[in-house]
Amino acid sequence: MTQLALVIDLNVCVGCHACVTSCKEWNTSGWAGPMVDQNPYDGSPTGTFFNRVQTFEVGTFPNTETVHFPKSCLHCEEPPCVPVCPTGASYKRPDNGIVLVDYDKCIGCKYCSWACPYGAREVDEQQKVMKKCTLCIDRITDAKLSERDRKPACVLACPTSARLFGDVHDADSEVSVAIRERGGYQLMPEWGTKPANHYLPRQKIRIHIDQDELTRVDNPLRREDLTDYTGEETLDDVAW
Amino acid sequence: MHPAFSVIFLTTLLGAGQGLYLAMVTGQLYAVARFLPVQEDQFYAIGSLVALVLLIAGLVASFFHLGRPERAWRAAAMWRTSWLSREVIVLPIVMALVFAYAVAHWMEWTTPLFQLGAALQVDSTLLLGLLGTLASLALFVCTAMIYAGVKFLQEWHTPLTVSNFIFLGAASGFMLAAAYSAYIGNPLVTFFGTWAVILTLAGLASRLAHLSRNAHLKHKSTVQTAIGVRHRVLFQKAQGATGGSFNTREFFHGQSQAVVDTVRYLYLILVFPIPMLLIGAAYVTESQSLPIAAFFAQFIGLLAERWSFFAEARHPQNLYYQSVA
Ligand code: SF4
Ligand code: SF4
Repeated sequence: MTQLALVIDLNVCVGCHACVTSCKEWNTSGWAGPMVDQNPYDGSPTGTFFNRVQTFEVGTFPNTETVHFPKSCLHCEEPPCVPVCPTGASYKRPDNGIVLVDYDKCIGCKYCSWACPYGAREVDEQQKVMKKCTLCIDRITDAKLSERDRKPACVLACPTSARLFGDVHDADSEVSVAIRERGGYQLMPEWGTKPANHYLPRQKIRIHIDQDELTRVDNPLRREDLTDYTGEETLDDVAW
Repeated sequence: MHPAFSVIFLTTLLGAGQGLYLAMVTGQLYAVARFLPVQEDQFYAIGSLVALVLLIAGLVASFFHLGRPERAWRAAAMWRTSWLSREVIVLPIVMALVFAYAVAHWMEWTTPLFQLGAALQVDSTLLLGLLGTLASLALFVCTAMIYAGVKFLQEWHTPLTVSNFIFLGAASGFMLAAAYSAYIGNPLVTFFGTWAVILTLAGLASRLAHLSRNAHLKHKSTVQTAIGVRHRVLFQKAQGATGGSFNTREFFHGQSQAVVDTVRYLYLILVFPIPMLLIGAAYVTESQSLPIAAFFAQFIGLLAERWSFFAEARHPQNLYYQSVA
């Protein structure tokens, strides 16, 4: 079985929001109609987004670190949002594991949003139906696009390649290898929702250099002799 | 959680409607067993019609909760997995049975259909009453399980949510039955008043147990598990929007702790001691208006109780929406 998902590398995300804007651009102009923007140029702009980048600060000043944290539907393997939907509008695609909302069936009761611990679902205040990340289902299944373009808009937009996309059930896929080899983890594992999306942790890049590595014997830059000469006879004075 | 007025009115009106209907059937059962004088059929018919009006009002309130009410019929589809869907199916069944019960009494379709044992004459009103009672209890469970079934809302995820809905709904319905009897000068006011007090006490026990459970609740999720960073000092600096989002509007009540505390004290007084004292005073003074006041005090209290029920619940998604910028 295929389970498509994103793997997000927190180590390289710089919080530029390129994924947010490209997601909104692609999906607001797509087949499912616009994603509303209310007061876009006023005091309290608000609207529907499938993807948001949040920022957290870890530690106490001055020993702090900034973590930029992109957040969207995690396409859980045990999605608690699906069984609660009274209309069947929320469903998980059997062929690729993507969790979707049928906007023509949704009655906007918001019950599924209560049943998602991650706050990944948002009601569109204009269309009055529930919306969430689709992994750009219209794009990744479009056979007319080239292989390279058959990826979610956010993945293509990310300037630091912090977003990987693929099948987490295929052990050899790029995402599976990244999860396996770089400590990929899931959000709120305590709920048993088994999110398909994973996050790669921050890593400290440190080079450890010992003092004797700086002065090691074969170091070509090593000063051969540190003796201060005060006029005594040295080897150079010896006539051979 | 944000307390939506549609849902507050939906749950309280349905509770009172079901409770009033249960009170009518209970009254009839007691009369059948000859513990109470037999009432005129009109008494049950009008009582159940009032119950039906409350159920309809609750249904109307529920439509204000939907973004797309014109598609509401679709909500009956997923009854296998969704308590909301089950409620959508059971509610019309209850309404139909309440209506049928009222009509059967109104038309006096009371010729016994068959006889059970030596003395029990079963007529259509009794059959409809029993079916309606079962359906009402099922509706209480469905309504409460919509909330108790969401495991992420740990404040709600307990059988106490179900017992609260049943006892408080039934109490307000029996209060209304007492008020109705008092209004038409029927002596059954004592009978319904006594049951209303018993149910109110049961509701008090259940709600206090719920409050004390929630006071000691330990939340499973923390901001550490939410973003997967193991550090004790972890603060949000930005949530990806400055003007709020659905996540900030739907999951926060937006009131100060002082307001939340005030509403809690308000309902603890209005739902429990005041109606019981009023019913007691009505018993002593044989007043016609005190039971009516008791019902309204309790119903207003229940609106506050439901508001509080929502405001108490803290959704784990709130961990992602701690600060704006
Ligand atoms: S992240 Fe939320 S909306 Fe997405 S599948 Fe999981 S529970 Fe459902
Ligand atoms: S808001 Fe729509 S998708 Fe969500 S539970 Fe209700 S009907 Fe289903």
